[in-house]
Amino acid sequence: MEPRVKGRVILFGDNINTDVIIHARHLRTIDPAELAEHAFEVLGDEYPQKLRQFDILVAGENFGCGSAREQAASCLVGAGLKAVVASSFARTFFRNAINTGLPIVECPPVRGAVQEGEEVEIDFARGTVTTPKGTFTFPGLPPSVMEILAVGGLVPYLKRKFATAGAPPPRAG
Amino acid sequence: MGMTITEKILAAHAGVKQVEPGQLITAKVDIAMGNDVTAPLAIEVFRKAGATRVFDADRVTLVLSHFVPTKDILAADMCTTIRRFAREQGLTYFYEEGKGGIEHVLLPEEGVVVPGDVVIGADSHTCTYGALNMFSTGVGSTDLAAVMLTGECWLRVPETMKFIYTGKPGKWIVGKDLILRTIGDIGVDGALYRAMEFTGEAVAHLSMSDRFTMTNMVQEAGGKNGVMEADDKTRHYAEARCKRPPRYVSADPDAKYCDVREYDISTLEPLVAFPHLPSNIKPLSAVGKVEIDKVFIGSCTNGKLEDMRVAAQIMKGKKVHPYVRVIVIPATQGVYREALKEGLIEIFIEAGATVSAATCGPCLGGHMGVLGKGERCVSTSNRNFVGRMGHPESETFLVNPAVAAASAVLGRIAHPDEVQ
Repeated sequence: MEPRVKGRVILFGDNINTDVIIHARHLRTIDPAELAEHAFEVLGDEYPQKLRQFDILVAGENFGCGSAREQAASCLVGAGLKAVVASSFARTFFRNAINTGLPIVECPPVRGAVQEGEEVEIDFARGTVTTPKGTFTFPGLPPSVMEILAVGGLVPYLKRKFATAGAPPPRAG
Repeated sequence: MGMTITEKILAAHAGVKQVEPGQLITAKVDIAMGNDVTAPLAIEVFRKAGATRVFDADRVTLVLSHFVPTKDILAADMCTTIRRFAREQGLTYFYEEGKGGIEHVLLPEEGVVVPGDVVIGADSHTCTYGALNMFSTGVGSTDLAAVMLTGECWLRVPETMKFIYTGKPGKWIVGKDLILRTIGDIGVDGALYRAMEFTGEAVAHLSMSDRFTMTNMVQEAGGKNGVMEADDKTRHYAEARCKRPPRYVSADPDAKYCDVREYDISTLEPLVAFPHLPSNIKPLSAVGKVEIDKVFIGSCTNGKLEDMRVAAQIMKGKKVHPYVRVIVIPATQGVYREALKEGLIEIFIEAGATVSAATCGPCLGGHMGVLGKGERCVSTSNRNFVGRMGHPESETFLVNPAVAAASAVLGRIAHPDEVQ
């Protein structure tokens, strides 16, 4: 994970649900790039292409509500987004983003402080988001969760864990 | 310090005496679940992590539910991936097309999930099982892969909100109305990251079927899990089915709740959630004339035997309105078989409804009755987001099964009393 992420913002509102991010009819593939071709298409056919022109997605409350589909996080990775900043996240999206190595930031003031197309910078070590209207701080994720994100997701994390500790023993009934 | 039901179950599975909200724990998982849209990715992740065997073949269950009977070639290929994996791993509880149904009705019915369990499922409506006095929550595919491998899951202990329902439910009031009332009150993120504990005399009146409908829609309020105390109905249900011994858990008298809300439901009317949020509710008397094109009776929310019974009771001897199409989908093969025995399926067919094999199908706009542009559907399912059931310009109204059946007959959103 990059310690700092800088780029142009694409803006969304509150309660953006997983059916809008990637509709269930596209869950027949698991490839992030293929999924990205349908990201946000419920909002208009131009959206999957539009998304690629931006680096950071900024949204309001409860981003990623609805289904637990991990494809909602992985399609954003496939579209080339480097981070998501929201006022709050649905818990399933929150987990999926961490597990797939998509950096997320919960920082409520950002949504009202940027216009689409403006540039923001996220500094994960300092816990700040810098917008044209000022710099806002966000609380860091718990260290054990950061560890997963830092190595790029849950799979690399588990691989590392097992490489040092050996495979987990089978558990009795 | 006292603990809530959720805290007690999580503490027991983390191997500690006490947990507090906000604490990160690693919990032992009793059942890990995946379906045909989430398991293929989990299996790929599992293999990429270098894993070869699941932690316990009795505790990983895979259910083909969303795009079965397979809707197209891609869906068929995903089911093949799961089928091969289930055979290779020797999974005890693999539910094949035609032998299972929707996981959230199926797994309690089969007794695979048991009171006192921690259940982690790669589907957001995994929260359903909590009505049976356990902790269950939805995750994504990578999380499922990690649980299949390790038998453990990282979790943040949620704060608990307590919801107390008083009064006796009226004739047409069921679990669906209680949970819609609640979501209408707290909003679609009103329980974000939190546990929702449902209690009170009105809940005691409800059947297990209706209680599952309530915990099913916890996700629609942003909740992590929904849970209920065990009573005689819980014990009766569990003991007739459970494949492992139940471990009932009750809250301590001094347990801490971050919010306590009380609803008197004695005067509650059946509710309708208007497009495009489950929180956008209106009492039936305030709906006005809303003409409809389609009715869906089914899903993990309201595709149970009791739901079929109440819908059939209303549609018996009646005809579906000439401008309306109705699809009825029993949630599992078990529900289908019982509905057939009781003559309910015949009632639906005589009325002019389509009856389909168990599938999630139309609820998620997947197959079996997808909505076209401008179509308006009355549905017993759980979500009415933009485009959820099909075209972005289609509309979904969420209701209980009695209202759905009455609406099917009258061609507009209707009160069951208008038909009966």
